[in-house]
Amino acid sequence: MIFHDISFSLAGGEALVVTGPNGSGKSTLLRVLAGLLQAESGRISLADGPSGFAHPHELSHYLGHRNAMKRELTVEENLSFWQRFLGNSPGGSASDLATAAAAVGLAGITHLPFGYLSAGQQRRMAMAKLLVAYRPIWILDEPTAALDAGADRLFAGLVTNHLERGGIVIAATHQSLGIGQAKTLQMTGFVH
Amino acid sequence: MIALFFRDLKLSVRAGGGAMIGVLFFMTVVSVIPFGVGPDLNLLSRIGPAILWIGALLASLLGLDRLFQAEREDGSLDLMLMHETPLILTVFVKCAAHWAATGLPLVVASPFLGLFMNMDELAIGATVLTLLAGTPAITFIGAVGAAVAVALPRGGLLVSILVLPIALPVLIFGVSAVYAAVEDPAPFLPPFMILMALTLFFAVVGPVAAAAALRHSAD
Amino acid sequence: MSENSLAIRKFSDLANPTRFLALADRVLPWLSAFTVLAFAAGLWLSFTTEGDYQQGETVRIMYVHVPAAWLSMMCYTVMAISALGTLVWRHPLADVSGKAAAPIGASFTFLALVTGSLWGKPMWGTWWVWDARLTSVFVLFLMYLGLMALNRAMEDPARSARVSAVLVLVGFVNIPIIKFSVEWWNTLHQPASVVRLDGPTIDPEFLWPLIVMAAGFTLLFFTLHIAAMRNEIWRRRVTSLRRQAARNAGRETLAP
Repeated sequence: MIFHDISFSLAGGEALVVTGPNGSGKSTLLRVLAGLLQAESGRISLADGPSGFAHPHELSHYLGHRNAMKRELTVEENLSFWQRFLGNSPGGSASDLATAAAAVGLAGITHLPFGYLSAGQQRRMAMAKLLVAYRPIWILDEPTAALDAGADRLFAGLVTNHLERGGIVIAATHQSLGIGQAKTLQMTGFVH
Repeated sequence: MIALFFRDLKLSVRAGGGAMIGVLFFMTVVSVIPFGVGPDLNLLSRIGPAILWIGALLASLLGLDRLFQAEREDGSLDLMLMHETPLILTVFVKCAAHWAATGLPLVVASPFLGLFMNMDELAIGATVLTLLAGTPAITFIGAVGAAVAVALPRGGLLVSILVLPIALPVLIFGVSAVYAAVEDPAPFLPPFMILMALTLFFAVVGPVAAAAALRHSAD
Repeated sequence: MSENSLAIRKFSDLANPTRFLALADRVLPWLSAFTVLAFAAGLWLSFTTEGDYQQGETVRIMYVHVPAAWLSMMCYTVMAISALGTLVWRHPLADVSGKAAAPIGASFTFLALVTGSLWGKPMWGTWWVWDARLTSVFVLFLMYLGLMALNRAMEDPARSARVSAVLVLVGFVNIPIIKFSVEWWNTLHQPASVVRLDGPTIDPEFLWPLIVMAAGFTLLFFTLHIAAMRNEIWRRRVTSLRRQAARNAGRETLAP
């Protein structure tokens, strides 16, 4: 067992920041929320979402530790693949590739292979992925790990924007995300 | 889904992709045989179809271990698991792209290697036809092995060991269909129909089993 | 003479890729013109000379087959020298040359194999036999393809060049095997008849078109090789420019 007795609810426009020491189960919690792991007990439910969606992960973006982009393909090929593969959730529209790349401050290099980019640039392009297909819920695992201060602010702007449009953000992080008000969930881990 | 097909196709053709390696391996395996059994043309033309089939079987197993492992390593697999498109369909499309990139070139290369084996026109035609019908089955079976071994650090060899026994019926009916076409009394159609039935059967069972294995391998 | 002059004075000046590009620009038109001339003359000779009383018209295949086979071996020799250049002299253009030569060599080898098959079917009654000469040329073809795959498999051209240079040198043992296979083993493929110590045994009727075609093929090889090297240098420059662009991107928008 990794954690127990966790409960929270989020409405549109609200953010949850999950904090805690290494090994306290932040990533595991997020993977359970994303539907990638089965919780041994407990329930995750979606209240008054669009019809036909039973579980929040169907309406979620998940940005894990890895970027889910192919080094061999160009940034544009990567993003347009995910745009077409993921599609939009009902009730929202996505920005096109150029706008998304500009939003993460990397307009003009989408024709380059993803592998040419530095680690920070790759992370920012992975965030652009959140913008090219609309999902009301963003599940972000250490989103700002490889970023410098400037990119941090840029990312905080993206999150704030998403919240203002009525989205939900759940992020696990060590650093502050720079979002105005957010609920926090402090994971303490077990003391055996 | 079309996007996924073309992305996988692009990936296997780009630098570092495995599309060319499979054909190269196929050619190498087939050209090694005459060194082993001797350059007797009659013997070679008799065993040629079997050699081509075994070579194609081994070559199509070559890149299979990367089918899901590469997706897992960069995190793409997580996103595919989350997506509401049935995972079975995703697996099916990935198999189709993998076959188009690695299996189809083998089929195209086989008539030339048939000439090296001194096979006559009928035998070459029958081999190409059976390979075209049979190699997709190998890919679909291989997808199950690849999905089972996805989390293993050195899954490559294990995938081959897991997949080969299951793929044996495909080899048996593929080769027997070719020999039925060449030798007169045996009819060609029954083994060929069974071969196609195998391909269709594994086209359904393979993705279902692979999708189930992928769901359970999530960590 | 100023320091950044593009004149080529010694062999080591070729090491500068920019100078090489300037030289290539000047040499390529001439080489292409000579290639076309040699091929025009060679093909005209090939088709106007008489056919062999035994082989009939198929003897004309020889005018393509023999030069292509020579070139397939010469190209590998060029690659082996380039490999030495990469490993021993660390000549910056050597790995470019080695990488550019592989697809050309594969093409010539393929041409030799195909024309040989086309000739073999009416003459020997089979497309292919596994005798020493044919098999060793086929192995050479596989080696070319393997080297091409190796060159493609690695992202860093300098590293892949060193690795494939080692492989090229090891594979060079195949070249003498191909050359002397027809003498060491008694094979179906006829022994050499042009380059012999005691003079060519081939009739002058066939010798002349063959020599002109061989000259044409050699010129073609050098034309293609220099053009391919030029393309490879440009490709590497484009790659480094793109990496530069990736590094510069996003700096100005994020500067505080």
